Parts: sequence; structure tokens; C-alpha cells
Amino acid sequence: MIDPKGPIALAERNLLFDAFCVMMIVVVPVIVLTLWFAWRYRASNTKAVYAPTWANSVKIDALTWLIPAVIVIAVAVLLWRATHRLDPYRPLESKEPPIDVQVVAQDWKWLFIYPEQGIAVVNQLVFPAGRPVSLRITSDTVMNSFYVPQLAGQIYAMAGMQTRLQMLADQPGTFVGRNSQYSGGGYSQQHFEVKAMNQADFDAWVARAKQGGTRLDATTYPALAAQSRANPITYYSTVEPKLFDSIIDKYRHSGHAHSAPVRR
Amino acid sequence: MFGKLTIEALPLYSPIAAGGAAVTVGGALLVAIVLTYLKAWKYLWTDWLTSVDHKRIGIMYVVLALIMLLRGFVDALMMRAQQAMALNSGGYLPPEHFDQIFSSHGTIMIFFMAMPFMTGLMNVIVPLQIGTRDVAFPWLNAVSLWLSAAGAALVMVSLVIGKFSTAGWTGYPPYSGIEYNPGVGVDYWIWAILISGVGSTMSGINFIVTILKRRAPGMTLMRMTPFVWTALVASVLMAFAFPAITVACGLLALDRLAGMHFFTNAHGGNMMNYVNLFWIWGHPEVYILILPAFGIFSEVVSTFSRKRLFGYESLVYATAAIGILSFTVWLHHFFTMGSSANVNAFFGVMTMIIAVPTGVKVFNWLLTMYRGRIEFHPSMMWSIGFIVTFVIGGMTGVLLAIPPADFLMHNTTFLVAHFHNMIIPGVLFGYLAGYMYWFPKAFGFAFHRGWGLGAFWCWIIGFYLAFMPLYLLGLKGMPRRMETYNDPTWQPYLLVAASGALVVLCGIGCMVMQLYVSIRDRAKTRDLTGDPFDGRTLEWSTSSPPPPYNFAVIPTVGDREAFLEMKEKGIAYRRPAAYEPIRIPSNTPIGVILGAFGFVLGFAMVWHIWWLVLASGLVLFAAVIVRSSNDDQEFTMSAAEVKAIEDQRYRQLGSRS
Repeated sequence: MIDPKGPIALAERNLLFDAFCVMMIVVVPVIVLTLWFAWRYRASNTKAVYAPTWANSVKIDALTWLIPAVIVIAVAVLLWRATHRLDPYRPLESKEPPIDVQVVAQDWKWLFIYPEQGIAVVNQLVFPAGRPVSLRITSDTVMNSFYVPQLAGQIYAMAGMQTRLQMLADQPGTFVGRNSQYSGGGYSQQHFEVKAMNQADFDAWVARAKQGGTRLDATTYPALAAQSRANPITYYSTVEPKLFDSIIDKYRHSGHAHSAPVRR
Repeated sequence: MFGKLTIEALPLYSPIAAGGAAVTVGGALLVAIVLTYLKAWKYLWTDWLTSVDHKRIGIMYVVLALIMLLRGFVDALMMRAQQAMALNSGGYLPPEHFDQIFSSHGTIMIFFMAMPFMTGLMNVIVPLQIGTRDVAFPWLNAVSLWLSAAGAALVMVSLVIGKFSTAGWTGYPPYSGIEYNPGVGVDYWIWAILISGVGSTMSGINFIVTILKRRAPGMTLMRMTPFVWTALVASVLMAFAFPAITVACGLLALDRLAGMHFFTNAHGGNMMNYVNLFWIWGHPEVYILILPAFGIFSEVVSTFSRKRLFGYESLVYATAAIGILSFTVWLHHFFTMGSSANVNAFFGVMTMIIAVPTGVKVFNWLLTMYRGRIEFHPSMMWSIGFIVTFVIGGMTGVLLAIPPADFLMHNTTFLVAHFHNMIIPGVLFGYLAGYMYWFPKAFGFAFHRGWGLGAFWCWIIGFYLAFMPLYLLGLKGMPRRMETYNDPTWQPYLLVAASGALVVLCGIGCMVMQLYVSIRDRAKTRDLTGDPFDGRTLEWSTSSPPPPYNFAVIPTVGDREAFLEMKEKGIAYRRPAAYEPIRIPSNTPIGVILGAFGFVLGFAMVWHIWWLVLASGLVLFAAVIVRSSNDDQEFTMSAAEVKAIEDQRYRQLGSRS
């Protein structure tokens, strides 16, 4: 079972469990009644009542509509509230300031850009535990789905567009993130490490990443974006500002100005 | 001369691909040799391939469906075997083979197994249940069949020449676009769907007209059988939903062939439009498949509980409600695309509302069993197994309809388990119930019960073994479509799932044995009355198999359970004073010719053989003109011929009593 390690994934899983319990009110009786009726009214049981023409009852008819309707109304109220509460575009409420990370899906790896820290990492997403992480996600290839089961759920990554996702880890820990939308030959290995650290460790991690001396900009980016599989974790100590926006914009201004508006 | 087609297209790059090709070619050759040995070519041509009789067309649809079920199931076995083995390794499949298999599995099972199976059962039974002699447009019916077969043949040919799509059965761009998928695989997928989609649209129109216009006197709408009702609603959905996928695939084809930018990443293309169009067809498609299965369950539960169907009106309104609502939920297939909370919540609520009429149907079947006298015919077992299993799938469907829960479970094996949980017990069990129920009607001899029960138990046990672990894996966060993986805790679940696939294999073995034993013993198990199950509806009032004209005299209907009422009033089997001559549509080869050249056209489009595209297009056009210019499309069976057939029928009835 999913073992949530943050409030978003926990809320999503609890919703699943709550709805599951409500549904059991009708699922269990139906299964039991089916098996019981099949046994009770088997042809060889001539002691059971046989009513071959009984086929109508307004009261029972009304019940067959009402029972599912009541359950559906209950779950629908749950659904409406939860969908708004857990809208992935809605910033998390927290005393801590959020940390921004820009995410780019590539064939077949994930690039994480830290605009405030000015660094970028391939296949590793690191952030301080207890601080909300605000993700802006796009794709520089086909449609991907950015998925961190234990912390955030998922959202699609699409070229020329930006989607958003929020997450928060309660405690330091290491988790798995993946692409869940089939994207070609390297899809199965397109996973990344998700690490929540305490703030001091995070600061040290940023400082280490800044020492590498490699730069990600318009000249070095294409080599990274080219198809490659099972990439090791790679750090870029400096990142060209606005790189993320330029990855989106290159699909939006290529000859036509009619692209759909972006929900940011 | 041959476009993109070269000798490289043969699958000699891997033994597994070559093996698949060899089995396909070998199977076709074997059938050809057997037909030649039995000198059956002429019989096949005159009695079957050129037939426009709805019963024969229906049987050919079901044969196509069963063949494609085998192919699709082999794909399933190969996937389960790969995932069972592929922990930290490449498994046994060559790279980039797994993706072709999951793509062809889904495409085949939906388009070339479920659709033909449903259309086949509708063809055999709907005209009989509404008391008519054929569908409204018998030749169009043959064209639909052969276009479906042409699409299926394109998918099969991709095993031998070239490769199939790797883009999944949904073919999402931009991955399925020319930039990321330059090979022929996606083109095979597009043309298979476009060609068979034309057939499905025409089937829908044909059955709407048939059911609305050709019912026997006295059969008001509210006296139609539940199967006819569900067939009607499914036909309406077919006629309205299939154009959406035809447009989506057509635009994708233009992107790929003509360098257009409907769904590309750049130049103003937008893949989200494809996803919307695809599911505007795709969700009604689920109900196109499942509503007729619901109809079959209604017939079967009533017949084998020896009881009138409970809540007929509720069932009819629920069917119609599902038909309308099915067009209002498509977005739940992509809550994770980033729509606003209001949009997601709206589609989530609409999805749940569909659970209400569906729940009503489940209660109605239960209340039909209540105070019945239940006989455990294999068809009844499929129905009971369906109810128990389907409510589980319905529940997981409601869970996935909650957008935030879907963020967690989307694209995981939980989703895979959910839709298999709807489609195997809901759709396939329904069709198999209908297949085992109406087999004696179609062929005139009994279908072996023991092997049928064996098939049921293997299928249902195999189903639980194969898919319950996938639910759990989805809850652990395993995405679908993984060729390899590195999480050792997943493997035990995948091993159990693979064992489930093997149990289902035993079920398919039972189905093969059932056919073999039933055909072998057919002389001893003849159905002389045409009514082996004490049936309630009109199809049981005629002989098994029915004569070419179905009913010598069109029946007059006085009740929902028309035939049961006739039996109770003692007017069933009553002989008319005299017979009249009957007009019957003549056989024509033009349906099968359209199918054959539709296939050639698709093949030529896939390989860019432009002269062949033009040539086969001209043949198609000419064939339609020839057919349309032919005013002599029916022949008359004289009253004496009808009387001779009916005399034979009454002798059989007499020999029984």
C-alpha cells in the first residue's frame, strides 16, 4: 500500500479510504445477496418460495434508485470539497516559505531547475522537509506524467505548457519519483530520486552542487535534452536564468501565435 | 513502386517477432489447406462470404471475435510473462517489443474482439427478437462486417510486415506523431481503426433503423426485450460517438502524412485536443460495449431464474440514462491534465451519477433472482460471476472518479485492474453468456455444459488472480506499461498475476474443447424444438437454426415476453392456413470485395504506395456504383418452398412430442 509521507499524498489516500468505506455499504450487501439468492433459490430447492410473475413493486423500484443516489450524493459532496481543497495549482498553507522548483520532462529523464539557488539537477529532486515545494512542470518531448506516489500524486507534463503540483514531506527521507505516461523506449528507467532533508543539509547540498563548475545554458542544454537512458544524477552549478521559460516558449512561438492560453 | 516497403520490413530482427509472424502465416496457411482438403472453398464463398443473411453475418462476426480473442490473449500472456521476469533485467522480450504488445493487446481486444463479438450477437439475435426477417439494410450489414475484418487483418499483417504501433491503444500524440514515431506502426493502428470505424458507424445506423422500423406488429417500444433496448441505445451511441474517433485518427493521419500540426508540440498543435476527441468517443465506447452485455444478462437471468424480469421500466430508463450520461464524463480519463478544480469536480460528479442507473440494474438482476427457480446453466454462472465481480470494479471506478484520488492512482496498474474489472466480467462475461445461451439457436445443437462451466470457473478464478494483485501494485505506485522495473517488492504480485493469466489460458482451453465436443456430438444433441431453455422471447419461437426467412408468418406480439405468452395461451407453434411467398435479399460478393480492397487501401496508405491507394480506391468506388446500379437485389422464395421447410420443422416438432 502507498505509505504517504506528506500531507498531500496522505489527504489523497485518506479520501480513497473514506470513499472505499462508504462504497462498502452497498458493495458488500450486493455480493452477499447475489450469492445467497443464487443458493437459496436454486432450482433443486423446492422449499423456497417461487413467484414467477412477481416483477413490479413501486416501493422497491424507488429504493433501487434511492439507495445508489444517496450514496452517490454523499460521495459527490466529499468529491467536490476535496477536489477544490487538493487542487494541485493551489499553494499549500504553511508558515515556512515555499521552495520553487521547475521540472522539465526529457527523453528519458527529469531535469529539476532551482531558480532561487541557480542550480539544476538531473534525476534528483532535493528539498527541505517541512517546507512546501511548489513545482512548475513542462515537457521538452512527448507527454509525460510527473508522479511521486508517496508525496504528491501526479500531473501531466506537456510541451509548450506548464502544469503545477504542490508537495510537502513531513520528515526527511528518500522516495521514488517516476514518469507514469508511456513515452518510448527509455520509459521504464525514467525514475528519479526524491530526497527531503533538514534545512541545514539542504543548504549544504546546494553549496556542493554549486561547486561543480558546469553550466546549463542555451549551448549546453541541447546535448542534455537529446535522448538518453538511465542517466546518472548530474549537477549543474549555474543555470541560465529563464531557461525554463525558454523551453516552453520555443514551442509557442514557432511561426504561429495562436497557441492556447496557459493556466499558470 | 513499393513506397516505404522493403525486405527490411520482415521481422527477422528477433526470434520472437519472427515466431509471431510464423504463427500468423502458418495459421492462415493451415486454414487454407484444411479448406482445400475439405473442398470447402465453394461452400465458404457461396454460403458464407457472400451472404447477407443477418444470422450468418452475425456468426462470422463472432468467429472473427474469437480468433482475435486468441491473438489478444497471447499478447496478454506475453506481457504477464515479461513483467513476471523483468526485475532488474530486460526479461525475455527484445527491446521495444513490449510496447508493441501492449498496444496491439488493447487495440485488438476493444476494436477487434469486443466490437465484433457485440455486433455479431446483435446481428444473430436482434432481428429474431423483434420478429423480423432481416436487418433494415442487409448489404450494408455485410459491408460493415468486411470492413471490420479488413481492420483486423491490418493489425494481423503488422505482425508479418513491419511493426505495430508502440503508442498504446489510445495513440496519444505527440508520441504517436511523425516526429517521435517515424515508423509504420502508428499508421497500421490509424488505418485499422479508420477502416473498421466506418463499419461500426454503419452498423450503428443499421441497427437503429432496424429496431425502430422493423418490429413485428404489436411490439411497442415498451415490449421490446431488454437486449433489444440495450442494442438500440448502443447503436445510437455508435452512430454518434464513432465519428469522433474517426476525426481524431484522421487528423493524426494528416499530421503524419501531410506535415500538418493538429496535435504536434509546436506550430500551434495541441495534443490536448486529441485526448479530448479520443475520449469523447472512448467513454461512450465503454457503454457501447457494456450495454448489450447488460441486455444479455437481463435475458439470461430471467430465463434461468424462470421468472419475469424485475423492474423492466426501471431497466429501460436506466439504459437510456446511461446512454445520455456516457457523453458527459469523458474528462475523467485525464483529470491529471491540469484542468481547474471546477472542471475536474464537475466531471467527477457526472461520473458518479452514472453509478446510479448502473446500481439500479444490479438491483434489478438481484430481484429477478429473488424467488426464482435458478438453473445453473453456464450462461447463468457468467451472470452471477459478473454481478459479484462487477460491483468491485464499479467501486474502484467511483474511487478513480474522485480527482484527488485519481492523482494518486492514474496511470498505475490500479487503473489497469479497474478497467479490466469492468471489461472482463462486464463485457466479455456478458458476451460469453450470450454465446453459450444462443449457440443452440444459431447452430441447432446443444453447447456442451460441462466444458462451459469449466471455462467459467477458470476465467473467473484467473481473473481474480490476475487483477487483484494489480490493484495492490497500483496502490504501491507501480505505473502501467513497464517493460522492466527495479522494485523487488513488486515481483511477487506480478508472479501471482502471471499465474492468473495461465488459469485464464485453461479457460480458453475449455472453450476450445466445448466447441470440439459439441460439434462432435451434434447428431445426438439436436435442438428439435428451437426452444431448449423454455424461452420467453421470440427468437425461441422459430426453429434452430432459423430458416433463411426467420419467420414463415410474422408473429403478432401481445406481451413483453412474447413467446412465453404464446405458449401459455396455447397459440405457439400454430400452423397458418397457407404460406405466402417471401422476398429474401440475394447474396452478393460486393461486401467481401469492399472489405478486401479496403484492406489493400489501408495497407497501401501505411506503406505510402500511392498508385495502389489510387487503384484500390477506384475499385471501391466502382464496386459501390455497380452495387447501386443493381435493381435486382432480392429473390422470391415460393410459398411451396416455404411450406416444404415448415413441414420439415413441424415433423421435427412432432417427433419430439
